[in-house]
Amino acid sequence: MIGTGLRAFFALAIAIGFGFVGPAQAGATFDKVKQAGTLVCGVNPGLAGFGQPDNQGNYKGLDIDVCKAIAAALFGDPGKVKYVPLTAQQRFTALQSGEIDILSRNTTWTLQRDTELGLNFGPVVYYDGQGFIAPKKLNVKSAKELNGATICVQPGTTTELNLADYFRANKMTFKPLVIEKLDEVVAAYFSGRCDVYTTDRSGLASTRIARAQNPDDHVILPEVISKEPLAPVVRQGDDQWNDVVRWVVYALIEAEEVGITAKNIDEKLKSEDPGIKRMLGVTPGTGKSLGLDDKWAYNAIKAVGNYGEIFERHVGKDSPLKLDRGINALWTQGGLMYAVPIR
Amino acid sequence: MADIEHELGRELPVPAARPRPRTHGPIGWLRANLFSSLFNTFLTLIALCLLAVTIPPIIRWGLVDAVWSAPDGLACRGADGQEAGACWAFVGDKLRFILFGRFPYDEQWRPLLVVAIFVGLIVASCDRRLWGRRLVGLWLAGFVAVGVLMWGGVLGLTYVDTSLWSGLPLTLILAVVGMLFAFPLGILLALGRRSELPAVRAVCVAYIELVRGVPLITVLFMASVMLPLFLPSGLTIDKLLRAQVAFILFAAAYLAEVVRGGLQAIPQGQIEAADALGLGYWRRTRLIVLPQALAMVIPPLVNTFIGTFKDTSLVIIIGLFDLLGTVNAALADANWQGFYVEAYVFAAAIYFGFCFFMSRYSLMLEREFNQSRQH
Repeated sequence: MIGTGLRAFFALAIAIGFGFVGPAQAGATFDKVKQAGTLVCGVNPGLAGFGQPDNQGNYKGLDIDVCKAIAAALFGDPGKVKYVPLTAQQRFTALQSGEIDILSRNTTWTLQRDTELGLNFGPVVYYDGQGFIAPKKLNVKSAKELNGATICVQPGTTTELNLADYFRANKMTFKPLVIEKLDEVVAAYFSGRCDVYTTDRSGLASTRIARAQNPDDHVILPEVISKEPLAPVVRQGDDQWNDVVRWVVYALIEAEEVGITAKNIDEKLKSEDPGIKRMLGVTPGTGKSLGLDDKWAYNAIKAVGNYGEIFERHVGKDSPLKLDRGINALWTQGGLMYAVPIR
Repeated sequence: MADIEHELGRELPVPAARPRPRTHGPIGWLRANLFSSLFNTFLTLIALCLLAVTIPPIIRWGLVDAVWSAPDGLACRGADGQEAGACWAFVGDKLRFILFGRFPYDEQWRPLLVVAIFVGLIVASCDRRLWGRRLVGLWLAGFVAVGVLMWGGVLGLTYVDTSLWSGLPLTLILAVVGMLFAFPLGILLALGRRSELPAVRAVCVAYIELVRGVPLITVLFMASVMLPLFLPSGLTIDKLLRAQVAFILFAAAYLAEVVRGGLQAIPQGQIEAADALGLGYWRRTRLIVLPQALAMVIPPLVNTFIGTFKDTSLVIIIGLFDLLGTVNAALADANWQGFYVEAYVFAAAIYFGFCFFMSRYSLMLEREFNQSRQH
């Protein structure tokens, strides 16, 4: 009941929103942020690994580190971020209305959002995708064998639609067991009320680690039935601001590729590699083009580490989620993370 | 003689009367309340059976088998991955976050003091000797103290942005400030609805019907999602303030109808008597009408207050971390997955404490104010 009300209201809010999303003045956001001295960053109220307050109330996570890196690049201080927790319904209006400067909240990049909502997406920071988890004893090797299966799914998100699309495209049938609350849908799966549970693969992995009596008794099927590229988002109309976000993320990815970490970055300042010298500002130039200090990339990497470090710390092997790098590995290791040249 | 003997003889065999059933003492109480008839005995036995079935497992889960300290969620579950008892270690680990949320960790004595001030003010309001100007003064001083403690920026306290206010203090601020502002507004609306001036009446009726016609969640949504779109770019009104105003406006409409019920119950004779004494509209309302009307509607008033208190949990949908918001955020921790029952039981206990207090307070007020009508 609440869900449909919210959705109708959201649609209305967006419709009205169009009128207000004209092309903003060039540089408006960039200047505003520089002047304010704080980055206002829209984040998830609580999603393990991506954005979540710890016991002391400090936000931690992969999306959070993107905000910290940008603040470090702008001000030389990763602490100059104001986090605004946003629900899924609020997030785009908060960005459109100028309440936040950047949205770093596990948001999927789609055509409709990029165009109709008047937004611009930065580089993808996590490639997610919807998958299935099944008990090993079912002996299912592929999602193609799931014809007639009972499938646990949460309503209201694209997850439910992707599921229906996939089964229709493969001419299979399924019985959906639709449960609103994450806790209950997971409990339903583990108690055997459904054969398979579907959600984003990062969610499946964390559920398997944290809730399964024995994680090895469950397999995540190889099929990825949707593409969920998660990226930071800014308003359209301020290209300079968009550039800052874009290049800070690229610097984090590039740093991993050339082996710069938060720890060894000061040694790397002495490196003879012209690429590293350019990126870290030893050879000046890149900062001026972005309207930042030449130390922008140095400050960002020093604050949060390179992309690989961020990944392992929050969602990878050093975190409770224990996700594999998978397609989020560098392009040199068969993944999709590829930074365009910083020069 | 024979007649007398005959009569005596008739009286002699009177059997000793059975003792009247005991009506006091524990056994008497049991007999009177639980076993007074066959049907009641039957109900009592059924209830006892239900309690016997449900209570022991709850105690075993919540106390006997409970885990009171553990480094993370896995340690709370046994080797088979099943939770044997409640994992209170989770609540313990997250206690400060659940209560105070994102308020700077080293400064959390400030919201703690705020909660203490609120509880102190509420308890002080129960003391009849303080009623009157002194209580108003006490509340004003309390509000100033709460503001100073939460915002800081003066007296050497560091400034804390409202976006970091969270947990129990936020819930209390939203509820208490909401009620205190909504109450006078509600009275004005109720008076306005019964006004003889058509314009005033129309505005009040339209307002009340409009606000009562939409769910609170849409009012909050309007305040947090729609409002910023109508404001010039760059101008943002504090999110907490928006939610607080939405609460006040919403609660006022409901209170107005409760108060109107009381107003309608005042006999016309009272008003005529006040007129005969030469009292004007405002003095008549303040001295004669409202005291009687409000005393009559204490139960529904407190009902609305309790509802408002619990409605504060809806701010979760606009991204404010009230008590339930911090509980939900705590539940997202990957180290402690799946301890929903423990977290919600803890939150429920806090909500129950406040709501139960309010309902007892309402009973006390009813006794105080309605003595004149008890015979």
